[in-house]
Amino acid sequence: MNRSDAAGVTTFSEVVGSSHVVVCCGSGGVGKTTMAAVIALRAAAEGRRTVVVTIDPARRLADALGLAELTNEPAPISGPWDEPGHGGEMSAMMLDTKATFDGLVQRYAADSEQAERILANTFYENISGALSGTQEYMASEKLYELAVEGDYDLVVVDTPPTRNALDFIDAPQRLAHFLDHRLYKVFMAPTRGFVKAVNVAAQALTRSIAKVVGAEVIGDAIAFFGAFEGMESGFQERASHVHQLLRRSDTAFVLVASPKSDTVAEADYFATELAGHGIGVRALVVNRMQPAFAATDGTVAGGAAAIRARAASLEGTALADHYTALADARQLAEGEEGHLSGLAEKVAPAPVVRVPVQAVEVTDLEHLDALGEIMFGDAGN
Amino acid sequence: MDPEQFFTASGVIIVAGKGGVGKTAVASALTTAASAAGLRTVLIELEGKSGIASMFGVEPLRFDEQVLIEAGDGQGGVTARTITPDEALVNYLREHGLSRISNRLVASGAVELVSTAVPGIRDILVLGEVKRLERAGEYDLVVVDAPAAGHAISFLRSAAGLVDAVSVGPINSQAREVLALLGDPRRCRVLLVTAPEETPVNELIETAYSLEDEVGLTLGPVVVNGLLEELPGLEVDPVTAAADAGARLLEGEAEVLAASSDFRRARRALQDAQLDRLAMELPLPQLHLPFMFTTDLDAHDVHHLSEVLWERVEALPTVGSSA
Repeated sequence: MNRSDAAGVTTFSEVVGSSHVVVCCGSGGVGKTTMAAVIALRAAAEGRRTVVVTIDPARRLADALGLAELTNEPAPISGPWDEPGHGGEMSAMMLDTKATFDGLVQRYAADSEQAERILANTFYENISGALSGTQEYMASEKLYELAVEGDYDLVVVDTPPTRNALDFIDAPQRLAHFLDHRLYKVFMAPTRGFVKAVNVAAQALTRSIAKVVGAEVIGDAIAFFGAFEGMESGFQERASHVHQLLRRSDTAFVLVASPKSDTVAEADYFATELAGHGIGVRALVVNRMQPAFAATDGTVAGGAAAIRARAASLEGTALADHYTALADARQLAEGEEGHLSGLAEKVAPAPVVRVPVQAVEVTDLEHLDALGEIMFGDAGN
Repeated sequence: MDPEQFFTASGVIIVAGKGGVGKTAVASALTTAASAAGLRTVLIELEGKSGIASMFGVEPLRFDEQVLIEAGDGQGGVTARTITPDEALVNYLREHGLSRISNRLVASGAVELVSTAVPGIRDILVLGEVKRLERAGEYDLVVVDAPAAGHAISFLRSAAGLVDAVSVGPINSQAREVLALLGDPRRCRVLLVTAPEETPVNELIETAYSLEDEVGLTLGPVVVNGLLEELPGLEVDPVTAAADAGARLLEGEAEVLAASSDFRRARRALQDAQLDRLAMELPLPQLHLPFMFTTDLDAHDVHHLSEVLWERVEALPTVGSSA
């Protein structure tokens, strides 16, 4: 199913093989993090130096990778690539938003004094933890750092489970814009000696805000913006580099979805949004699909309805339960395929990889490998 | 337990859980069941999703209310709406005679800046609107489809943080009032939803402890959604089962049935292990809802889930189940 016979259509394996950066995007709960890890493991096994950046991974994934815990720095994972002469390499890390942001501030601050002033500011503390899009911004920042400054053949990045795909793509610009906020100028007006009219308007607005949230909040904000003075251009420049990296031809966006109607709808929305930004979906991975248990030779035909009717005619027997189980499976599988057809068409010619629901929980590298065999098309589907 | 008593044990029920576990379906089933108990119910959707609207086959929800189930004929009725921070702020300021400020704040983008300065302000505005609905007396039950688990904690924790961060003004009093709502088990409960799988169960357990210990919230029963029904016949292999039933299997059919049945049994074994683990690690009653073999839940499916939920609530012990 993954390998297409049609000329000109790439396979999933080719998409990953020709990429320097793979971005796994999609809504929460679809298994993006696991898929990202599988892609990275596979590339490492094929001899590439690979790193995977995960976001809020389940403990189980760290366990499966053989790590006690994931940290903000890439930690090596052992595997077949450790053999001498193999050439492959695999590391994994977990994004620490705050630490990454601190690093960015230190990088662009004029001196350590400015950096310290910012890091100590209450407003900064809030921003670095909670500004909407900060996590997305830091994910793309980390991606840039690893892809451009790191020594890797492939960087795989998981994205935060936001509904809006653009949060990840737009995030680099967001802070730059934030620093350029109209209100920032208003806040700063009194200290910058703007004309009096602006000053009066500024003070009125400041008073309004103070009435609602209290004056100390505004004081923190003004101090923060003051501390950031002169750093805007550094952030802007970085943002434009990240912007370019995400649009390079060897950066592949892999859309991860599950076949439920709401996540398919969200995936569809993602694909539209990405397209609106001139970014194509290079592959679609549909995780947790219900196996249909179709006979390979076609002898046991029949849709869910026919099988359910057979179960009803055998009511009270053990065989009826077997038919019910099969009817349930096929009914769900039929519905899922029906849902996916539109999405598959939308992302065409991107390959569509179907990953069935597993009968076991993913607890070790072997399970991740088995998923890799399915995704990369050598598990006989 | 008497379902009506269950649904009226608090005026607000917050439904929370990890993405993909069927939180919205559970919240919808819950309101449907409450309406069947004769309660006037409102369902609140956050984060601009569209799950509820598509389940009930109505237009996407807005800030103003929309009827999902008509009142009358024993039904209390269900309306649904969204709450966004901007609208909640404007509403709040208007009600407190500050309309002029509200327009200026929203138009200038100050809400964005202030909410960055004081994280949690958006959450408090939303929860404040929930509290207003609870207080207004127009509804017997307010059901909130909360943000996904990780965010649910910060969402519900926002009030405590804000009382310290913002020492004066309407936001401070709003935060205090929300805190009073969340901390009072007769006014507010949280129903956590999970799927019977490792990761959602882990997340649920963590969320449960942190909501109880850090936020002081009262948890209702845990809803385990998407349980595969037991099919005892699967223990007999298909060939024997066919012989017992006097039925003839087509060529290859036994293999297909065996594969599908083995898979179903394996999934059930995983599910049972998770249910046991959940019961051991979290001493809360569980309400079990069935797996629905469909990719699009519709109003009919929600109705079915609400009936099952009703039965499960009836089966809860009466004493100490929700307090």
